[in-house]
Amino acid sequence: MPALDTLEFFIDAGRCIGCQACIQACTECDTHKGHSMIQLDYVDRAHSTQTAPVVCLHCDSPTCAEVCPADAIKRTEDGIVQTARKPRCIACNNCVLACPFGVPKMQTRMNLMMKCDMCYDRTSVGLKPWCASACPSQALAYGTREEMARLRPHAKPVNTFQFGMQTIHTRVNVMVPRDAPTEIVDVTAAMHEPTIGHDILDDVFMGMPDGGDA
Amino acid sequence: MISRQAGGEGPRDLEHATVPPDGRPLAEQPKWRRDFPIDWALDDYVSRRELVKFVVLTSAALTAGQFWIVLKNAFNRRPPPLAGAPIATVDELSVGGAKTFTYPAGSTPRLLVRTGATAFVAYDQQCTHLQCPVVPAVAQRRLHCPCHDGWFDLETGRPVAGPPQRALPRVLVEVRDGMVYATGVEDSAS
Repeated sequence: MPALDTLEFFIDAGRCIGCQACIQACTECDTHKGHSMIQLDYVDRAHSTQTAPVVCLHCDSPTCAEVCPADAIKRTEDGIVQTARKPRCIACNNCVLACPFGVPKMQTRMNLMMKCDMCYDRTSVGLKPWCASACPSQALAYGTREEMARLRPHAKPVNTFQFGMQTIHTRVNVMVPRDAPTEIVDVTAAMHEPTIGHDILDDVFMGMPDGGDA
Repeated sequence: MISRQAGGEGPRDLEHATVPPDGRPLAEQPKWRRDFPIDWALDDYVSRRELVKFVVLTSAALTAGQFWIVLKNAFNRRPPPLAGAPIATVDELSVGGAKTFTYPAGSTPRLLVRTGATAFVAYDQQCTHLQCPVVPAVAQRRLHCPCHDGWFDLETGRPVAGPPQRALPRVLVEVRDGMVYATGVEDSAS
Protein backbone atom coordinates (compact mmCIF):
# COMPACT_ATOMS: atom_id res chain seq x y z
CA MET A 1 0.00 0.00 0.00
CA PRO A 2 1.52 3.32 -1.00
CA ALA A 3 1.91 6.29 1.31
CA LEU A 4 -1.00 8.71 1.19
CA ASP A 5 -0.71 11.53 -1.32
CA THR A 6 -2.45 14.02 0.91
CA LEU A 7 0.03 13.71 3.75
CA GLU A 8 3.28 15.55 3.22
CA PHE A 9 6.51 16.05 5.06
CA PHE A 10 7.62 19.55 6.12
CA ILE A 11 11.07 20.51 7.36
CA ASP A 12 11.38 23.78 9.24
CA ALA A 13 15.00 24.14 10.30
CA GLY A 14 14.16 27.37 12.12
CA ARG A 15 12.16 25.40 14.68
CA CYS A 16 14.90 22.86 15.35
CA ILE A 17 16.19 22.90 18.91
CA GLY A 18 18.88 20.27 18.39
CA CYS A 19 17.44 17.81 20.91
CA GLN A 20 18.27 14.80 18.72
CA ALA A 21 14.92 13.20 19.46
CA CYS A 22 14.52 12.57 15.73
CA ILE A 23 17.83 10.71 15.62
CA GLN A 24 16.78 8.47 18.50
CA ALA A 25 13.34 7.94 16.99
CA CYS A 26 14.79 7.16 13.58
CA THR A 27 16.84 4.38 15.14
CA GLU A 28 13.57 2.71 16.11
CA CYS A 29 12.27 2.54 12.56
CA ASP A 30 11.71 -1.05 11.55
CA THR A 31 13.03 -0.61 8.02
CA HIS A 32 16.51 0.22 9.32
CA LYS A 33 16.43 -0.76 12.98
CA GLY A 34 19.44 0.46 14.93
CA HIS A 35 20.66 2.89 12.29
CA SER A 36 19.65 6.51 12.25
CA MET A 37 19.14 7.98 8.80
CA ILE A 38 18.77 11.55 9.98
CA GLN A 39 21.55 14.04 9.72
CA LEU A 40 21.46 16.83 12.28
CA ASP A 41 23.74 19.59 11.04
CA TYR A 42 25.15 22.39 13.14
CA VAL A 43 24.75 25.44 10.96
CA ASP A 44 27.70 27.27 12.50
CA ARG A 45 28.82 25.51 15.59
CA ALA A 46 31.39 28.12 16.70
CA HIS A 47 28.87 30.92 16.90
CA SER A 48 25.45 29.38 17.25
CA THR A 49 23.57 26.47 18.70
CA GLN A 50 21.34 26.39 15.66
CA THR A 51 20.91 22.97 14.14
CA ALA A 52 19.16 21.80 11.00
CA PRO A 53 17.72 18.32 10.52
CA VAL A 54 18.01 16.69 7.11
CA VAL A 55 15.84 13.80 6.00
CA CYS A 56 15.58 12.53 2.45
CA LEU A 57 13.70 15.02 0.30
CA HIS A 58 12.58 12.32 -2.16
CA CYS A 59 13.36 14.06 -5.44
CA ASP A 60 11.28 13.48 -8.55
CA SER A 61 14.59 13.01 -10.35
CA PRO A 62 16.66 11.27 -7.70
CA THR A 63 20.35 11.90 -8.33
CA CYS A 64 21.28 8.96 -6.10
CA ALA A 65 19.38 6.63 -8.43
CA GLU A 66 20.72 8.37 -11.53
CA VAL A 67 24.32 7.68 -10.55
CA CYS A 68 23.73 4.14 -9.28
CA PRO A 69 25.71 1.79 -11.54
CA ALA A 70 23.95 -1.29 -10.13
CA ASP A 71 20.36 -0.15 -10.73
CA ALA A 72 19.74 -0.64 -7.02
CA ILE A 73 17.92 2.54 -5.98
CA LYS A 74 14.24 2.55 -6.84
CA ARG A 75 11.39 4.96 -6.36
CA THR A 76 7.96 3.63 -5.51
CA GLU A 77 4.86 4.98 -7.15
CA ASP A 78 4.11 7.27 -4.20
CA GLY A 79 7.33 9.15 -4.92
CA ILE A 80 9.40 7.72 -2.10
CA VAL A 81 12.97 6.84 -2.94
CA GLN A 82 13.74 3.59 -1.17
CA THR A 83 16.88 2.20 0.40
CA ALA A 84 19.11 0.43 -2.11
CA ARG A 85 17.91 -3.06 -2.90
CA LYS A 86 20.15 -5.46 -1.07
CA PRO A 87 20.70 -8.00 -3.85
CA ARG A 88 21.87 -5.27 -6.20
CA CYS A 89 23.76 -2.73 -4.11
CA ILE A 90 27.50 -3.03 -4.63
CA ALA A 91 28.39 -0.47 -1.93
CA CYS A 92 30.22 1.73 -4.42
CA ASN A 93 29.35 4.94 -2.56
CA ASN A 94 28.35 6.82 -5.74
CA CYS A 95 24.98 7.80 -4.29
CA VAL A 96 26.55 9.02 -1.07
CA LEU A 97 28.83 11.34 -3.02
CA ALA A 98 26.18 12.42 -5.52
CA CYS A 99 23.24 13.32 -3.31
CA PRO A 100 23.18 17.11 -2.96
CA PHE A 101 21.46 16.82 0.40
CA GLY A 102 23.87 14.26 1.87
CA VAL A 103 21.15 11.74 2.62
CA PRO A 104 22.34 8.24 1.62
CA LYS A 105 24.42 6.47 4.22
CA MET A 106 26.79 3.66 3.44
CA GLN A 107 26.59 0.77 5.86
CA THR A 108 29.99 -0.76 5.18
CA ARG A 109 29.35 -3.68 7.52
CA MET A 110 26.38 -4.68 5.42
CA ASN A 111 27.76 -3.47 2.09
CA LEU A 112 24.50 -1.66 1.65
CA MET A 113 23.43 1.91 1.15
CA MET A 114 20.61 2.80 3.50
CA LYS A 115 18.67 6.01 3.37
CA CYS A 116 15.65 7.70 4.83
CA ASP A 117 12.58 6.07 3.26
CA MET A 118 10.16 8.24 5.19
CA CYS A 119 9.54 5.27 7.50
CA TYR A 120 7.85 3.37 4.71
CA ASP A 121 6.52 0.75 7.10
CA ARG A 122 4.64 3.51 8.91
CA THR A 123 3.69 6.01 6.22
CA SER A 124 2.39 3.26 3.96
CA VAL A 125 -0.22 2.44 6.58
CA GLY A 126 -1.09 6.07 7.28
CA LEU A 127 1.10 6.68 10.34
CA LYS A 128 3.54 9.54 10.73
CA PRO A 129 7.24 8.88 10.27
CA TRP A 130 9.04 8.31 13.56
CA CYS A 131 11.00 11.58 13.45
CA ALA A 132 7.89 13.67 12.83
CA SER A 133 6.12 11.83 15.64
CA ALA A 134 8.97 12.49 18.06
CA CYS A 135 10.02 16.04 17.16
CA PRO A 136 8.93 18.22 20.12
CA SER A 137 9.13 21.52 18.20
CA GLN A 138 7.70 20.03 14.98
CA ALA A 139 10.69 21.14 12.95
CA LEU A 140 9.98 17.83 11.27
CA ALA A 141 6.25 17.73 10.66
CA TYR A 142 4.00 15.38 8.73
CA GLY A 143 0.48 16.31 7.79
CA THR A 144 -1.73 17.86 5.18
CA ARG A 145 -0.91 21.09 3.39
CA GLU A 146 -4.03 22.76 4.83
CA GLU A 147 -3.11 21.76 8.34
CA MET A 148 0.34 23.23 7.86
CA ALA A 149 -1.02 26.51 6.45
CA ARG A 150 -3.31 26.82 9.47
CA LEU A 151 -0.61 25.98 12.05
CA ARG A 152 2.20 28.00 10.45
CA PRO A 153 0.69 31.27 9.26
CA HIS A 154 4.08 32.88 8.79
CA ALA A 155 5.70 30.16 6.73
CA LYS A 156 5.13 28.59 3.36
CA PRO A 157 6.35 25.31 1.93
CA VAL A 158 8.85 25.22 -0.93
CA ASN A 159 9.76 22.05 -2.75
CA THR A 160 11.70 23.26 -5.78
CA PHE A 161 15.46 23.34 -5.77
CA GLN A 162 17.84 24.59 -8.41
CA PHE A 163 21.23 22.97 -8.91
CA GLY A 164 22.89 24.86 -11.74
CA MET A 165 20.90 23.87 -14.81
CA GLN A 166 18.87 21.20 -13.08
CA THR A 167 15.58 21.85 -11.34
CA ILE A 168 14.47 19.31 -8.80
CA HIS A 169 11.04 18.94 -7.26
CA THR A 170 10.91 17.09 -4.01
CA ARG A 171 8.15 15.27 -2.21
CA VAL A 172 9.35 16.75 1.09
CA ASN A 173 8.80 20.47 1.62
CA VAL A 174 11.09 23.01 3.25
CA MET A 175 9.43 25.85 5.14
CA VAL A 176 10.50 29.39 4.28
CA PRO A 177 9.10 32.72 5.54
CA ARG A 178 5.73 33.39 3.90
CA ASP A 179 6.67 36.88 2.76
CA ALA A 180 9.99 35.75 1.27
CA PRO A 181 10.11 36.06 -2.51
CA THR A 182 11.62 32.58 -2.68
CA GLU A 183 9.86 30.04 -4.82
CA ILE A 184 12.98 28.12 -5.71
CA VAL A 185 15.94 27.34 -3.48
CA ASP A 186 18.97 27.95 -5.68
CA VAL A 187 21.58 25.84 -3.98
CA THR A 188 24.59 26.37 -6.20
CA ALA A 189 24.15 30.14 -6.18
CA ALA A 190 24.55 30.11 -2.42
CA MET A 191 27.82 28.19 -2.58
CA HIS A 192 29.84 31.34 -3.26
CA GLU A 193 28.26 33.32 -0.49
CA PRO A 194 30.22 33.70 2.73
CA THR A 195 29.11 31.22 5.33
CA ILE A 196 27.03 32.72 8.12
CA GLY A 197 29.19 33.80 11.04
CA HIS A 198 32.46 32.87 9.40
CA ASP A 199 35.19 35.49 9.21
CA ILE A 200 36.95 33.65 6.45
CA LEU A 201 35.38 32.96 3.08
CA ASP A 202 36.01 29.27 2.64
CA ASP A 203 35.42 29.32 -1.10
CA VAL A 204 37.90 26.83 -2.46
CA PHE A 205 37.80 28.46 -5.89
CA MET A 206 38.62 31.93 -4.58
CA GLY A 207 41.79 33.50 -5.89
CA MET A 208 42.07 31.09 -8.80
CA PRO A 209 41.77 32.57 -12.26
CA ASP A 210 38.72 31.40 -14.25
CA GLY A 211 37.18 29.68 -11.32
CA GLY A 212 40.00 27.23 -10.79
CA ASP A 213 40.57 25.92 -14.29
CA ALA A 214 44.29 26.73 -14.22
CA MET B 1 1.22 14.22 -4.20
CA ILE B 2 3.17 15.08 -7.30
CA SER B 3 0.08 16.33 -9.03
CA ARG B 4 1.06 19.91 -8.30
CA GLN B 5 4.10 19.46 -10.55
CA ALA B 6 1.94 18.42 -13.42
CA GLY B 7 0.60 21.95 -13.68
CA GLY B 8 -2.98 20.98 -14.40
CA GLU B 9 -2.17 18.46 -17.11
CA GLY B 10 -4.56 15.97 -15.56
CA PRO B 11 -3.78 13.01 -13.37
CA ARG B 12 -0.20 11.82 -13.51
CA ASP B 13 0.82 8.30 -14.35
CA LEU B 14 2.12 7.31 -10.95
CA GLU B 15 4.11 4.40 -12.29
CA HIS B 16 6.07 6.74 -14.53
CA ALA B 17 6.49 9.41 -11.89
CA THR B 18 10.26 9.75 -12.05
CA VAL B 19 11.49 12.64 -14.17
CA PRO B 20 14.80 12.32 -16.05
CA PRO B 21 17.29 15.10 -15.19
CA ASP B 22 16.89 16.85 -18.53
CA GLY B 23 13.10 16.87 -18.12
CA ARG B 24 12.35 15.55 -21.60
CA PRO B 25 9.63 12.88 -22.00
CA LEU B 26 10.49 9.21 -21.77
CA ALA B 27 10.07 8.68 -25.51
CA GLU B 28 13.00 11.02 -26.19
CA GLN B 29 15.22 9.37 -23.61
CA PRO B 30 17.97 6.87 -24.46
CA LYS B 31 16.98 3.21 -24.41
CA TRP B 32 18.93 2.38 -21.26
CA ARG B 33 16.60 4.61 -19.30
CA ARG B 34 13.67 2.40 -20.29
CA ASP B 35 15.73 -0.74 -19.64
CA PHE B 36 16.76 0.38 -16.16
CA PRO B 37 13.85 2.46 -14.88
CA ILE B 38 14.07 4.16 -11.51
CA ASP B 39 10.37 3.57 -10.93
CA TRP B 40 9.88 0.47 -8.83
CA ALA B 41 6.75 -0.60 -10.69
CA LEU B 42 8.52 -0.68 -14.06
CA ASP B 43 11.55 -2.56 -12.82
CA ASP B 44 11.37 -6.19 -13.89
CA TYR B 45 15.08 -6.81 -14.23
CA VAL B 46 16.47 -9.89 -12.47
CA SER B 47 20.02 -9.11 -11.48
CA ARG B 48 22.83 -11.59 -11.83
CA ARG B 49 23.11 -11.73 -8.06
CA GLU B 50 19.45 -12.58 -7.60
CA LEU B 51 19.68 -15.28 -10.25
CA VAL B 52 22.87 -16.76 -8.79
CA LYS B 53 21.35 -16.71 -5.32
CA PHE B 54 18.26 -18.52 -6.55
CA VAL B 55 20.27 -21.12 -8.48
CA VAL B 56 22.68 -21.78 -5.61
CA LEU B 57 19.96 -22.08 -2.98
CA THR B 58 17.82 -24.32 -5.17
CA SER B 59 20.77 -26.59 -5.97
CA ALA B 60 21.72 -26.72 -2.30
CA ALA B 61 18.16 -27.68 -1.38
CA LEU B 62 18.13 -30.43 -4.02
CA THR B 63 21.49 -31.77 -2.82
CA ALA B 64 20.39 -31.70 0.79
CA GLY B 65 17.21 -33.50 -0.23
CA GLN B 66 19.21 -36.28 -1.89
CA PHE B 67 21.31 -36.76 1.25
CA TRP B 68 18.16 -36.74 3.33
CA ILE B 69 16.66 -39.52 1.22
CA VAL B 70 19.88 -41.56 1.54
CA LEU B 71 19.95 -41.13 5.31
CA LYS B 72 16.26 -41.87 5.62
CA ASN B 73 16.72 -45.12 3.72
CA ALA B 74 19.81 -46.03 5.72
CA PHE B 75 17.95 -45.74 9.01
CA ASN B 76 14.69 -47.22 7.84
CA ARG B 77 13.90 -50.66 9.21
CA ARG B 78 13.32 -53.09 6.40
CA PRO B 79 10.33 -55.42 6.79
CA PRO B 80 11.39 -58.92 7.87
CA PRO B 81 11.53 -61.51 5.05
CA LEU B 82 8.26 -63.29 4.48
CA ALA B 83 7.83 -66.77 5.83
CA GLY B 84 7.11 -69.43 3.23
CA ALA B 85 3.56 -70.65 2.91
CA PRO B 86 2.02 -73.61 1.10
CA ILE B 87 -0.28 -72.45 -1.67
CA ALA B 88 -1.14 -75.59 -3.62
CA THR B 89 -0.30 -79.23 -4.14
CA VAL B 90 1.44 -80.30 -7.33
CA ASP B 91 -1.37 -82.68 -8.20
CA GLU B 92 -3.98 -80.02 -7.80
CA LEU B 93 -3.06 -78.38 -11.11
CA SER B 94 -2.61 -80.04 -14.49
CA VAL B 95 0.12 -78.65 -16.79
CA GLY B 96 -1.26 -75.37 -18.10
CA GLY B 97 -3.64 -75.07 -15.17
CA ALA B 98 -3.84 -72.07 -12.88
CA LYS B 99 -5.25 -70.98 -9.56
CA THR B 100 -5.41 -67.79 -7.53
CA PHE B 101 -4.12 -67.45 -4.01
CA THR B 102 -3.12 -64.77 -1.56
CA TYR B 103 0.36 -64.46 -0.19
CA PRO B 104 1.04 -63.13 2.35
CA ALA B 105 -2.45 -63.52 3.75
CA GLY B 106 -4.65 -60.56 2.90
CA SER B 107 -2.63 -59.55 -0.16
CA THR B 108 -4.09 -58.77 -3.54
CA PRO B 109 -4.91 -61.92 -5.55
CA ARG B 110 -1.89 -63.76 -6.96
CA LEU B 111 -1.93 -66.15 -9.90
CA LEU B 112 -0.15 -69.52 -9.86
CA VAL B 113 0.40 -71.21 -13.25
CA ARG B 114 1.80 -74.68 -13.85
CA THR B 115 3.97 -74.33 -16.95
CA GLY B 116 5.57 -77.79 -16.99
CA ALA B 117 5.85 -81.03 -15.11
CA THR B 118 7.69 -79.42 -12.20
CA ALA B 119 7.70 -75.81 -13.35
CA PHE B 120 5.46 -73.30 -11.61
CA VAL B 121 5.34 -69.52 -11.91
CA ALA B 122 3.33 -67.08 -9.86
CA TYR B 123 2.61 -63.41 -10.32
CA ASP B 124 0.49 -60.70 -8.85
CA GLN B 125 -2.80 -60.87 -10.71
CA GLN B 126 -3.25 -57.14 -11.07
CA CYS B 127 -2.24 -55.80 -14.45
CA THR B 128 0.36 -53.06 -14.01
CA HIS B 129 -1.63 -50.83 -16.32
CA LEU B 130 -4.95 -50.30 -14.50
CA GLN B 131 -5.18 -53.24 -12.06
CA CYS B 132 -7.47 -55.47 -14.09
CA PRO B 133 -6.95 -59.17 -13.26
CA VAL B 134 -4.77 -60.93 -15.80
CA VAL B 135 -5.66 -64.40 -17.11
CA PRO B 136 -3.19 -67.04 -18.25
CA ALA B 137 -2.83 -67.82 -21.96
CA VAL B 138 -0.49 -70.74 -21.53
CA ALA B 139 -0.68 -71.90 -25.15
CA GLN B 140 0.90 -68.61 -26.22
CA ARG B 141 3.28 -68.65 -23.19
CA ARG B 142 1.75 -65.34 -22.13
CA LEU B 143 -0.56 -63.73 -19.62
CA HIS B 144 -3.39 -61.68 -21.00
CA CYS B 145 -5.15 -58.66 -19.60
CA PRO B 146 -8.50 -58.42 -21.40
CA CYS B 147 -9.30 -54.87 -20.32
CA HIS B 148 -6.94 -53.13 -22.73
CA ASP B 149 -5.41 -56.12 -24.49
CA GLY B 150 -2.19 -56.12 -22.53
CA TRP B 151 0.19 -59.07 -22.76
CA PHE B 152 2.88 -60.29 -20.37
CA ASP B 153 5.52 -62.94 -20.85
CA LEU B 154 4.63 -66.05 -18.87
CA GLU B 155 8.21 -66.91 -17.90
CA THR B 156 9.38 -63.47 -16.73
CA GLY B 157 6.25 -61.37 -16.20
CA ARG B 158 7.58 -58.62 -18.47
CA PRO B 159 5.11 -56.69 -20.62
CA VAL B 160 5.33 -57.65 -24.29
CA ALA B 161 2.34 -55.91 -25.87
CA GLY B 162 -0.41 -53.44 -25.07
CA PRO B 163 -0.45 -50.58 -22.61
CA PRO B 164 1.36 -52.04 -19.55
CA GLN B 165 4.87 -50.71 -19.06
CA ARG B 166 6.00 -52.55 -15.93
CA ALA B 167 6.44 -56.24 -15.22
CA LEU B 168 4.01 -58.07 -12.95
CA PRO B 169 5.38 -58.48 -9.41
CA ARG B 170 6.67 -62.00 -9.23
CA VAL B 171 5.92 -64.39 -6.39
CA LEU B 172 8.82 -66.78 -5.76
CA VAL B 173 7.65 -70.38 -5.59
CA GLU B 174 9.35 -73.56 -4.57
CA VAL B 175 8.21 -77.15 -5.09
CA ARG B 176 8.98 -79.53 -2.20
CA ASP B 177 7.52 -82.95 -1.47
CA GLY B 178 4.55 -82.54 -3.78
CA MET B 179 3.67 -79.14 -2.33
CA VAL B 180 4.07 -75.69 -3.89
CA TYR B 181 5.31 -73.06 -1.45
CA ALA B 182 5.41 -69.33 -1.92
CA THR B 183 8.68 -68.05 -0.44
CA GLY B 184 8.76 -64.35 -1.26
CA VAL B 185 7.57 -61.50 -3.47
CA GLU B 186 9.82 -59.63 -5.89
CA ASP B 187 9.12 -55.97 -6.41
CA SER B 188 7.93 -55.10 -9.84
CA ALA B 189 10.96 -54.10 -11.81
CA SER B 190 10.44 -52.06 -14.89
